[in-house]
Amino acid sequence: MSQLPLRAQVASALGRTAATLSRMTGRGDGSVIGGRIGLVVEPDLLRQLARDKRLVLVSATNGKTTTTRLITSALHELGEVATNAFGANMPAGHVSALSQAKRAPYGVLEVDEKYLPEVLDTTGASVVCLMNLSRDQMDRAAEIWLLAQKWRRALDGRPTHVVANCDDPLVTWGASTAAQVTWVAVGQRWKEDSWSCPECGGPLDRKDVDWACRECTFHRPEPQWVLDGDSVLDPHGRRWRLDLQLPGTANKANAAMALAVVASFGLSPDRALPRLGEVKSVAGRYTMVERDGRQARLLLAKNPAGWLEAFDVADPALPIILSVNAQGPDGRDTSWLWDVDYRVLNGRPVFVTGERRLDLALRLDVAGVPFTLATSFSEALAAQPPGRVDVIANYTAFQQIRSEFGRAV
Amino acid sequence: MQSDSALRLVWIYPDLLSTYGDQGNVLVLEQRARSRGFQVEVVHVRSADPVPESGDVYLIGGGEDRPQILGAERLRRDGGLNRAVQRGAALLAVCAGYQIMGTTFGGEEGQPVAGIELLDISSGRGQARAVGELVAEVDPALGVPTLTGFENHMGVTRLGPGVTPLSRTVVGTGNGDGTEGCYAGHVIGTYLHGPALARNPGLADLLLSWAVGGPLAPIDDTWYSRLREERLAAVLPR
Repeated sequence: MSQLPLRAQVASALGRTAATLSRMTGRGDGSVIGGRIGLVVEPDLLRQLARDKRLVLVSATNGKTTTTRLITSALHELGEVATNAFGANMPAGHVSALSQAKRAPYGVLEVDEKYLPEVLDTTGASVVCLMNLSRDQMDRAAEIWLLAQKWRRALDGRPTHVVANCDDPLVTWGASTAAQVTWVAVGQRWKEDSWSCPECGGPLDRKDVDWACRECTFHRPEPQWVLDGDSVLDPHGRRWRLDLQLPGTANKANAAMALAVVASFGLSPDRALPRLGEVKSVAGRYTMVERDGRQARLLLAKNPAGWLEAFDVADPALPIILSVNAQGPDGRDTSWLWDVDYRVLNGRPVFVTGERRLDLALRLDVAGVPFTLATSFSEALAAQPPGRVDVIANYTAFQQIRSEFGRAV
Repeated sequence: MQSDSALRLVWIYPDLLSTYGDQGNVLVLEQRARSRGFQVEVVHVRSADPVPESGDVYLIGGGEDRPQILGAERLRRDGGLNRAVQRGAALLAVCAGYQIMGTTFGGEEGQPVAGIELLDISSGRGQARAVGELVAEVDPALGVPTLTGFENHMGVTRLGPGVTPLSRTVVGTGNGDGTEGCYAGHVIGTYLHGPALARNPGLADLLLSWAVGGPLAPIDDTWYSRLREERLAAVLPR
C-alpha cells in the first residue's frame, strides 16, 4: 500500500502503543483507547487508513460481531484482513483495527448502526452487510425507523454493493436505495418491530416467509441467496451444507450472510465454508469457562431479539444462569425485559443475578417461571451441581463474567 | 365489569405502540387479576382492526412519532375506545399513548396533531429529551403509593381544568410543570413508560378495582415490593 502521511503514521503508532498498554495493564481489549488517541492526533486518520483497502462494513442490531468474524475468517483465504474483532464498533475502534494491519488488502469492520452513514462516508467501503433491526437500548439509541431512514439516505447514489436480509422489512427498506443490492433470505425470528410498513405505515401482511404491505407496493424482494435449514442455496441454485461450530439458528443466518458477502470478492462457498467452520467462539460469546467442575457456556443477549436467539441455543436439559445489568452500554432502562417471553425456561433450574436482578426476578415471577436469586455470578455458579450450565447475560454483565475468567475469548 | 364472567383486558395497537416493554402492563394486570381468582381474557387489537367496546381495562403504550400519528388517526376513525370510556371502562395511556388522549400533540416536525380528546390535555415538544428514572408523589385522593418508573420522551403536557394531576414529581420531568401524568374518571395517563405497572402495583390495583367495581383482596407482593424498595433507594436523594 502507499505510504501514510507522516502525521497519520505518528497518530497510528501512538494509538498502537496505548492499545498495548491497555491490554498489558488488564484494563481492556485495547481496541478503543488506541483509536481515540490516533483520532486526536490526526482526525482524518480513518479515511487515510481505509484508502487502499477493500472494506466490508457489517451492521445490524444483533450478530454484528459474529458475522464480522465469519467474514474475516473466510476472507483470510484471499489475504490478510484488518478487523475490529472485539466489537469496538465506532470510529475509534475502526482506526485501531486498521492501524494494526496496515498492509492488509482487506478490511472487515463491525459498525454501530448509528455510525454506519458516517463510517460509510469516511471509508468509502465497497461492501455493506445489513442483517436485522430491532428495538435495542432505547434510552440512548435512535428509534429504529429513523435509523433505517438514515441508512437509506447514506446509501442513496453510492456505488456501494449492499448485501441485505430481505426477511427483515425494515432492513429491506433501509437497504433499497442502494444502487446494487444482493438480497439474502436468512429469516427473522423477532417480528414485533415489523408489523407496519416502513414506507407508508400500512399493515404488513405475512404469508410463510413472504411479506407485503396491504396499502402500498412495498414488498419482499426476491432473494438471490436463501438459508434453508442447515444449508444455503446460492444464486446458481447450488446447495451448500453449513458445518458450523457456532450453535443456533442465528449463526446459520450469520454464516449465510457471510457467504453472500465474500462471494462479492470472488470467493466461492466451497472455499469459504471450511473457514466458517473454524470459528468456535467470538469475543467470549459461546465460549466455555470452567470453575470447580462446573462448565459454563457464555451467551450474550442485549435486547429482546437477542434473548430469543440465546434461548434457541440454550440446552433445555441444563440449568441456566441469567444476569442483567443496566449500566450505560446496556441501556439504563430495563423495560425491554417485559418484551422477552421467559416461559420457555419453565422446567429447568433458573438462577437470577446481576445488578438488576430484582427487575428480572419480578419479570419471571409474573411469567410464572420459578427461579433462585443469587447475589453474584460466583454464588450462582457455586450453587450448580458439577457439570454444564448455560449462562445468558447482557452486555456489561457478560463482560464482568468474562473478566472473572481472564477475559475469556 | 360486564356481566359475563371474564375480565377483559384490551391492549390497543401493539403493532404500532409497543416500544418499551408495554406488554408488561398487560401481563401485570393479568397476573394480579388471576391471583385474586378472576378469569381474564386478553385481547390484542392490531391497528387495522376495530377496537372492541366491551373491554373492562384498556391499555395503550408508547411509540415513535410516526406510529403515534397513525395510531391517533386510526383511533379517531374507529371511535371504539371513546365509546368504551364513555361507558365507564378503565384506561391506562402511557407516553405516546398518553399524548394521543389529549386534544393535540406534537408531530414529527413539531406540528400539532389532533388527539382523541379523552383527557383535557394538550402536548407539544420540549427543548430536551427527558430520559431517566422518575419518582413522584401520587394525589392522596387515589390512595396509591409513590410512583417509580422510567421516562423517555420529549413531550411537554399542559393540563386543562378537566383533569387532575396524577402526581407531583420528586425526581424527573413528567408533564414538565412539576406534575406527572393526570387522571379523569377512570382514565389515567402517564409518562412512566413501558411496564409502569410492574413498579407501581398500586396503580394496577386501582385500575382493576375500577373495573370490578370494588376493593380487591391483598396478594403476595414480595417481588414487587423488593423491586420498588431497591429502585426508590437507588434514585431518591439521600
